[in-house]
Amino acid sequence: MGTSATTIDHAAPPPAGQRSFVSRLTDGDEVAHLITLVFAAAILLITSLLVYELWINSTLSRAKFGWVFFWTRTWDPVSGDFGAAPFIYGTLVTAVVSLVIAVPLGLAAAIFLAELAPRRVSDSIAFLIDLLAAVPSVIYGLLGIFVIVPLMRTTIGPFLKTTLGFLPFFKGPNYGVGFLTAGIVLAIMIVPFIISVSREVLLTVPREQREAAMGLGATRWESTWQVVVPWARTGVMGSIFLALARALGETMAVTMVIGNDPKIAASLFAPGYTIAAVIANEFTEATGNLYLSALIELGLVLFLMTFILNGLARILIVATERGGGHGAA
Amino acid sequence: MSDIRLVWRKGLNIVMLTLTGVACFAVVAVLFMILGYLVWNGGKSLNWDFFTQLPKPVGEVGGGMANAIVGSLKLLGLAAVIGLPIGLMAGVYLAEFGGSVFSFVTRYTTDLLNGVPSIVMGIFAYTLLVLPVKHFSALAGGMALGVMVVPITVRATEEFLRAVPKSMREGAMALGASKWKTIATVILPAASGGIVTGMLLSLARVAGETAPLLFTAFSNRFWSPGLNQPIASLPVMIYTYAIAPYDDWHRQAWAAGLVLLAMVLVANLGCRLVLNRRGAYRSV
Repeated sequence: MGTSATTIDHAAPPPAGQRSFVSRLTDGDEVAHLITLVFAAAILLITSLLVYELWINSTLSRAKFGWVFFWTRTWDPVSGDFGAAPFIYGTLVTAVVSLVIAVPLGLAAAIFLAELAPRRVSDSIAFLIDLLAAVPSVIYGLLGIFVIVPLMRTTIGPFLKTTLGFLPFFKGPNYGVGFLTAGIVLAIMIVPFIISVSREVLLTVPREQREAAMGLGATRWESTWQVVVPWARTGVMGSIFLALARALGETMAVTMVIGNDPKIAASLFAPGYTIAAVIANEFTEATGNLYLSALIELGLVLFLMTFILNGLARILIVATERGGGHGAA
Repeated sequence: MSDIRLVWRKGLNIVMLTLTGVACFAVVAVLFMILGYLVWNGGKSLNWDFFTQLPKPVGEVGGGMANAIVGSLKLLGLAAVIGLPIGLMAGVYLAEFGGSVFSFVTRYTTDLLNGVPSIVMGIFAYTLLVLPVKHFSALAGGMALGVMVVPITVRATEEFLRAVPKSMREGAMALGASKWKTIATVILPAASGGIVTGMLLSLARVAGETAPLLFTAFSNRFWSPGLNQPIASLPVMIYTYAIAPYDDWHRQAWAAGLVLLAMVLVANLGCRLVLNRRGAYRSV
């Protein structure tokens, strides 16, 4: 009561909208506007500074190797010869493997939560899945080393060899660590993102769409797969892009299970390396400016990859939430 | 003919719908398996020494991670001091003063900043705070985490401020309060519960981050006074202990994993329960 009374005294006479700049200034409006604006601008500044630092500190490597950096296969710190090809390959392969596992699994689970489960059950399971997304990546790495790697060596690897061993992906010695193991760990990490975003997008599909399909005699599955999912497809794509961006940038879990060997191999059992993993492993030991600069250039490449994917994902998700993927209002 | 087709369609319906249920169950089962493994392995290895002792020299059995626990808290404190004010104020701007092209750009940039891989955040802090002085420091680690706290805080602040009913705003204005007075004395207090939980959630997220600390805060086997020295943290300790070839270190890595997971999940559980009850929250 006391405060509101004093406020009236202060700002009483001129009606709102006609108050002079000075009175607004003494009220604190303009000051508050300015201060919060400065902090909002700080976010833009930080992001620009991030790009600037990555660009400036990778100058040495960019000047020396140019575009060839991207398809050079050697990574030899001793002779100062650096190429990004094995790391880009490893990053893409592990991301693709993780998507192959996570997309069907995540989409199916999202369909279950959005279409079949009662709302209360769906909400509680979505809650649990959000918790899964909160588990730190180093914990996934810990489980990867001590649970999934041995499992890969004794069970999954030999099983794949006997069943699908004729494919080039499943040939060669199986060490337990490698592209496939990293892909499996990544899949577990990104599935919660696919489920939680896809579920929300599926829930925005209008009820009439389902009723119309069922009314024409479609089964529950047909109405889901032929009507609801296509309606939400842009949003689902968005969730996949988000997950992909996360898979590309994921560091610790991958570093711990991929084997850390800068080679390009067709076999998914072979140990490999990713951009994030090589930065994590070699940054502190990088002797010499060129070495450091090459690692920072890898960081820049990783940043740009995730930057583009995240941008696309946002646009897709916003587009679906606004127009149901059909451009309809 | 048509009978066979109908049977096929109905069968497909049942099979596919069952599969979606199985997929969902599998994902939830993974969560419980993770919890189970950590509680089992971590519980076996957890003892009082873990919380009170410094790490023993390499090769000696025993010791604990007291310095890493304190180090993690210190880094989180730094992250909070650096990141939360920026996030809060920028959130207030977007909710109360924004509306132009500039706030669209800010919002978009915030989303992109949220998606920057944590290892790149580490490089950023390294180039700013480690490269010029040539040594690792708690400050650099805190800064890397601080920047990562910003996006979620901005989002939470903006959403909760927008969720405050218009009538409260109008009531304050009608009493003659200026816009700023309205925000500071009516709107912010009304949204404070949600904003604080959002902040805690963002801190819980960076509490488990390892990658940005590897070459900023680095690690330390001893206490690290002040802000200018390398400092140990739980996630980095888990990483170094897990990839080391000693059984006793593996044991301690599990213990540290359990402690870290418990911290992060309890914070998340608490925050999300509060937020869900308030209903005005979309998961970040």
